[in-house]
Amino acid sequence: MTDTLTPAPARSAVAIDDPRVRRAIELVWHEADLLDRKEYDAWQALYADDAIYVIPIERDAEDFDDILNMVYDDQRMRAMRVTRMTEGHAIAAVDAAVTVRTVSRFVVTGVEDSVVSLRAAQVLVAFKRGTHDLWAGDVDYRIRLGADRAEDRFVRKVVRLVDADAATPAAGFLL
Amino acid sequence: MTIELTPQNVYDVAPADLVQEDRVAGRVYTDPAIFELEMVKIFESTWIWVAHDSELPKPGSFKSTFVGRHPVIVSRDRKGVVHTLVNRCRHRGASVCEKRTGEANGFTCPYHAWSYGLDGKLRGIPYPDGYEGVMSKEGMGLKKLRTESYGGMIFATLADDIEPLEDFLGDVKTWIDRFMKQGGGYPIKVLGTHQFRFKGNWKIQLENTTDGYHFPIVHRSWMASVDAETADMMSFMTDPEAVTHDLGNGHSVGQMVPEHSDLDDDDGTEPLQARFAPLVERLRGHGLDDAAIRKLVRSMHGTGFNLNLFPNVSLSSAFFRTLRPISVDETVIEHVAIGPDGPPEIVDEVNRERLRVHEHFQGPFGFGTPDDAEGWDRVQRGAAGAPELPIMVNRGLAREKPSPEGWATSHITDETGMRAAYAHWKQMMSDD
Repeated sequence: MTDTLTPAPARSAVAIDDPRVRRAIELVWHEADLLDRKEYDAWQALYADDAIYVIPIERDAEDFDDILNMVYDDQRMRAMRVTRMTEGHAIAAVDAAVTVRTVSRFVVTGVEDSVVSLRAAQVLVAFKRGTHDLWAGDVDYRIRLGADRAEDRFVRKVVRLVDADAATPAAGFLL
Repeated sequence: MTIELTPQNVYDVAPADLVQEDRVAGRVYTDPAIFELEMVKIFESTWIWVAHDSELPKPGSFKSTFVGRHPVIVSRDRKGVVHTLVNRCRHRGASVCEKRTGEANGFTCPYHAWSYGLDGKLRGIPYPDGYEGVMSKEGMGLKKLRTESYGGMIFATLADDIEPLEDFLGDVKTWIDRFMKQGGGYPIKVLGTHQFRFKGNWKIQLENTTDGYHFPIVHRSWMASVDAETADMMSFMTDPEAVTHDLGNGHSVGQMVPEHSDLDDDDGTEPLQARFAPLVERLRGHGLDDAAIRKLVRSMHGTGFNLNLFPNVSLSSAFFRTLRPISVDETVIEHVAIGPDGPPEIVDEVNRERLRVHEHFQGPFGFGTPDDAEGWDRVQRGAAGAPELPIMVNRGLAREKPSPEGWATSHITDETGMRAAYAHWKQMMSDD
């Protein structure tokens, strides 16, 4: 069986060097760096209050309310998740894998006023106790641009793993 | 007979002798030869859970899964009968279905197009003239496993001569009946499935479901994240009423929240958790009375017990948990979210909350499961050391007493459930 995502336009109408797009990509790279460094408090601050962060099991899903997801976090759940990852009581987080991720193959899926939507590929290698695990997926981002770069915020991030509906390892880190 | 294990004899002792009443040898987690024997003597010799009835909602519905290491398809035929079929073409052995769930008229091998009905019968062979005088289609269907169900739980076995499923379940049946009451007056349906794998032996997970002792330690971060009412409900460590029963045949039940063991028992005094107040209002808006609303909301975290069925499924609070042994040191776990199946305007609201509760604890990124998996990984790694040292399952042995029903019973933090499972393992793994 082959999973297919909704076909994208052959080529985005907006160039990657559009200043709005560049700012959005810079935010994505900054987030990747924070997550690999496990700086979760700083990570959380990159999200708008109304943002959602989702890792679905159904790769093509758009509406996540009535399906089971791996992660479906609003602001309250993100805050609790950061507490869990940083308080030192979660044995999986204390002994989490070291991760290095690359986010690339950006496609601009929309630019409207101060909102930029992107699709990208993320490849993450997690190393723990002699084993490298590979986490690969498409990521959809929606980013709201603020008055300056420091105020740019994620309003939506959806990580669609290539093995979303298969058995992954249990993770002590975030995608 | 008790054998004192030493570094010299630990690899020579017969597998069944590695399990004693109060301890088991770590070798049962690490020896590939024992794993191979388990696949035959346990996973091919008893009832293995394969599906819930709701996963096969109509004729033509199927689910592919495993019985031990045998890939199988569980299908519902046109008459509504459920079959468990080995997912292996009778021609050259290719799998005939690689979808996890779906609907089909039958199964066709992609290699040479032998086609089979939903009941596994061989329907068609392309260019059949080459088989004239060689073979008839009779008896060349997909290999079919004995399949029986109780309370919506469908089990299959490769062993044609074992007892009926209901005899194997025995006293478990009462607890399955109670578990299904979390539909709040409606039947139960599967809402979705989390899958994850850990690098450890399957029995490490088998031990976990009725192990109350690990909960406040391993799940401290989850406890810190839930509201006070939920945390209070789960504070079973010092509750003398919270007990574990050995139900026979390797099965056990741990009652963490005894007042939720039978969800029909409700004197109306227990306050509903404040965070479900908006749901209560919406349900009232749909015309439900207080009693009907209480039934649905009191069930939000499932029943107050974990029911462990030897060897591969448990009915755990608000979900099913299945284990699939991959190798001596790798296991795949599924956490199957469930909820009421009824009028959408009522159950959709309830199930949306249940899905969020499930996501909070379960799944590869939940607030509970990764911590369990870390503990299980550690057991596998540590058990490689000093193999003559036993794994202790003796907690509460001296305070174990029969319940009025005759079930060996001790406190929820005791290891009664593990002793039940290992006693049955020992019996199945013995040479007699």
